[in-house]
Amino acid sequence: MKKTSTQKTNKKKKEADVLTKGNPWVYSETVKDHFLHPRNFMKAGEEEKFQYNGVGMIGSPVCGDVMKFWILVDPKTEKIKDARWRTFGCASAIASTSVLSEMILRNGGMTLEKARKITPNDIIKELGGLPDIKYHCSVLGDKALRDAINDYYRRTGQYDKIEPEGSRVIDKVLKITEKDIEKAVLDGARTLEEVQEKTKVGLGDPTCIPLVEELIRFYREKYNL
Amino acid sequence: MKRYYFDYAATTPMRKEVLKAMQLFWQKQFGNPSSLYLEGRIAKQAIESARAKVANILRTQPKEIIFTNGGTESVNLALQGTAHFYRKNFARPKIIISTIEHPAGLETAKALKKEGFETAYLKVQKNGLVDLEQLKQLIDEQTILVSIMYANNEIGVIEPIPKIAQIIKDFRQKHQTAFPFFHTDACQAAGYLDIQANKLGVDLMSLNGGKIYGPKATGILYKREGVEIKPIIHGGGQEKNYRSGTENVPGIIGFATALELAQKEKEKESQRLKSLRDYLIKNVLETIPKVFVNGDLKNRLPNNAHFTILDVEGEALVLKLDEYGIAASTGSACHSKSLQPSHVLQAIGLPNEFIHGSLRITLGKDTTKKDINYLTQALKKVVQELRELSPISLKLKS
Repeated sequence: MKKTSTQKTNKKKKEADVLTKGNPWVYSETVKDHFLHPRNFMKAGEEEKFQYNGVGMIGSPVCGDVMKFWILVDPKTEKIKDARWRTFGCASAIASTSVLSEMILRNGGMTLEKARKITPNDIIKELGGLPDIKYHCSVLGDKALRDAINDYYRRTGQYDKIEPEGSRVIDKVLKITEKDIEKAVLDGARTLEEVQEKTKVGLGDPTCIPLVEELIRFYREKYNL
Repeated sequence: MKRYYFDYAATTPMRKEVLKAMQLFWQKQFGNPSSLYLEGRIAKQAIESARAKVANILRTQPKEIIFTNGGTESVNLALQGTAHFYRKNFARPKIIISTIEHPAGLETAKALKKEGFETAYLKVQKNGLVDLEQLKQLIDEQTILVSIMYANNEIGVIEPIPKIAQIIKDFRQKHQTAFPFFHTDACQAAGYLDIQANKLGVDLMSLNGGKIYGPKATGILYKREGVEIKPIIHGGGQEKNYRSGTENVPGIIGFATALELAQKEKEKESQRLKSLRDYLIKNVLETIPKVFVNGDLKNRLPNNAHFTILDVEGEALVLKLDEYGIAASTGSACHSKSLQPSHVLQAIGLPNEFIHGSLRITLGKDTTKKDINYLTQALKKVVQELRELSPISLKLKS
C-alpha cells in the first residue's frame, strides 16, 4: 500500500483540517472509550473465580444482541458490590453494557431497588448520546441487569420481590405493566395518547409517562411498527 | 497511523493516469459540449472520443453508450426506462430480478411494483449462483425485462450471464418475440471480467467508474440499438435525450480512461489478486477457529473474500479493525441504515446469527502480501478480543 506520509508536511496540514472537522468517530467519545476499553467484563477463565449471587441473560444471537450480567450483592445492604458482564453485539451494545456496569458500581455500589429502575435513557445519557437508530442497543443491558437482580431475589428466597421481565409495573396506581404497553402497541397504538386510550397508563401516576414513551418506542422498534 | 484499505468493492482510489486525463477539462477546456463555438466543439469531441473508446471495449456502436451519473442511475434507467417504455405493450407487464441484486435494482423493482408492475424474484442457490431452472419457469410472455447482476458486490459470486442470455434467446425464438430484454449490472465485474456485450448476450449493461479506479459518480448504460427506454431525467436532451443534463466532461473522460486501463490489465491483475485472496482465505481459516467462507469459490471475483466469523458481531468487528488501521465491511444488521441484515446473505440461506458475524474483504491494486499478513494477524487479535466479551458460543454447521 502506498504511503501518504511521504507527502509534504504543509500539504498534510491542510488536509488534516478537512479530515478532522466534526466528529471523527461514528459515536460519542464515551461510546468509543467504553467499546475499545470495556470495563468490568468477565474475562476468559474468570468465571470460576468470580463470586456472584445473581446472574441474568437476555437477547438472542438471531437478533444480534445477547447480554449477560453477573452481580455480587451484599445481603445486608442489598447493594451491588461487584459485577461482570459479557455482550455479543455492536459497538454501542458493548459500550452500553460497559457503562451500565460502571453506573451500578459507583460510590460503593447501587442498591437493587435503584438499579432495577435504570432505564435505557439513563444509559444513553451516560454514554453522551446514541444515534436514534441505535436506541435499541441500550435497551437490553438494563433488562439483563434486572434479570440478574431477579435471580438474586430467587436465590435468597425473596420471591415477593421478583419482577419477571414484562410484568414490571409501570403505573403503580393503576397497576399497568410492561406487558400491557406491549399489547397496546401490538394492537395498533403508536403514540402515548393512543396507548393511554387503551390502557389509561399515566393517568394514575403521571411520573411514569417518560418511561411509557420509551417503552412505546422500544416495542415499535422491536416489532417494526 | 498507516491505513490498510480492504474495501475495494465499496470504492477504489482514482488512479493517477485517470486524474491526468481529466486534468485538461476542469479549467482549460471547460466548454459545454452543446455549444456551437470552439470551446463547445472541443468538449463535444472529447466526450465522443471517450464514447468511442468505451464502445470499442464493449464491442458495440458508440451510439449504444449512454453516459450517466453512476451505477445506480444506470440501473434505474435500464429498469424504469424499459418498463415505462414498453408497459403499454403488455396486459400484466412483468420484471424478473434476482434476489441478490444491488439495492439500485431491488429498490427500483419495488418502486415499479407500486406502479402496478408484476415483479418476480429469481432465487439463488447456497453458493450464490442463480437458479437457471427457476428462471425458465419465471419467464413468460408478459416479461419485459430480466435483470441479473454480473458479479455480486457482497460475496463476489459471478453469475453465468451467457447461459442466462441463452435461456432468454431460446424463449424469444420459441415465442417469436423480442421480449424479454436482458440487463446486467456489471459494476463490480468491469475491473476483472470480459464485458463485451455480444459475448455476454445482454441488451443492457450498467457500469460505473467509482469501482474501477475512475471518478465517483460516473458510469454508463449500454443499450443495444433497437431497445428503447423512457428517460428518467428530463431537460436539454443530452445523450440523445436519454439522459438530460450538461455532460460531466472530465468525469466522462476519466471513466473511459479508467475502463480502458482496467480492461487492459484485467488478466494480470486478476491473477495477482486471486493468489493473494486465496492466501488470505487459507491464512484466516488456518489461524482463526469457527470461520467459514460465503459464496462459490470458483465462480468468484478474484479480489473478494467473504467470511462468517462466529460469536462476534460485524459492526464491532469493523470498528475494532478500524482501530488497527484496517478498512473492511460487514453485512451485519447493526451496520446498515435500516438495521436489516444483508439481503444477499439471507438469499444464500445463511441464518441471521451467522449474518451478524459477516466480514467482507476486497483487495485491489495497492494490496500486497505484507498487507494480507498484517490483516490476518490483526483479525486474529480482534476476533479473540470480541469473543472474550461474547456470552455466546455458536456451533459451526457442517
